[in-house]
Amino acid sequence: MNWIHLVSILGAAFAIAVGAIAPALGQGRAVAAAMDAIARQPEAANTVSRTLFVGLAMIETMAIYCLVIALLLLFANPFA
Amino acid sequence: MKFASPLESKLLFTIGPIPISQPVATTWAIMIVLTLVSWAMTRRLAHHPTRGQAAFELVVETIASQVRETMTVEPKPYLALIGTLFLFLLMANWASLIPGIEPPTATLETDAALAMIVFGATLWFGIRALGLRAYLASFAQPSILLAPLNVIELFTRSFSLMIRLFGNVMSGVFMIGVVLSLAGLLVPIPLMALEMLTGAVQAYIFSALAMVFIGSAISEAIEHPSPQQESLP
Repeated sequence: MNWIHLVSILGAAFAIAVGAIAPALGQGRAVAAAMDAIARQPEAANTVSRTLFVGLAMIETMAIYCLVIALLLLFANPFA
Repeated sequence: MKFASPLESKLLFTIGPIPISQPVATTWAIMIVLTLVSWAMTRRLAHHPTRGQAAFELVVETIASQVRETMTVEPKPYLALIGTLFLFLLMANWASLIPGIEPPTATLETDAALAMIVFGATLWFGIRALGLRAYLASFAQPSILLAPLNVIELFTRSFSLMIRLFGNVMSGVFMIGVVLSLAGLLVPIPLMALEMLTGAVQAYIFSALAMVFIGSAISEAIEHPSPQQESLP
């Protein structure tokens, strides 16, 4: 195991660990806001939850990008 | 312990010079099943529907109402594309329930093909609703300075559509593989249930985003409808 492998593994772990923080906070805020909206206006629950799903998917993409970077480092590393 | 790379797919057999991988074969199987079931169900449509026909009508009606609510247009021209995307993705994501079969959406190529279909459909419906000149002009909204950004967005959102589906489905498959290698019996089952939920949600999100993209491409035509469209009930 040379140092490139070592750095790649550490980089993958850091990418997914750090990259999961911000989307988690963002998704939490989004769900909280949607809950608030549904509690205030239960008749709009359909529209709110549909928009929430699409929005969550958008936020989640950031974490997925980090996952793909981690996988590239582990399985398709251009330098190893 | 070595895991197979999720970025490569397993070769199954070759037809002449063309290698056929497992995701391709699974995709074909899903396409055949969907086509046969749809053909069998629509062969004898009755006014007083049988139980099966009523169930399928419920599915079609649900998708149509989703299209109507999201895009605020009559769902007829878009129902075939969106409904096929949703049903195909649902079956593809749940294909891992059959032992030995991995979801074809867990490989990058399938997702790239699906995202390209949505990309092409966005252009096609946009040009059909607005005309080529007005559609190209819609990129310069709200200002000509934003035109490069709008063009870039057209490509990046297709790219993120692909990566999102791939990442979600593949991470589920990968996670189940890791857990399976640690503890074989019964432990992965809750994860597989979670994976079914994720698969259904991802199928919904992919088709919802396709609806949103197509809807934004034709939104100009909805805001300024031609008299012919207004006369429709």
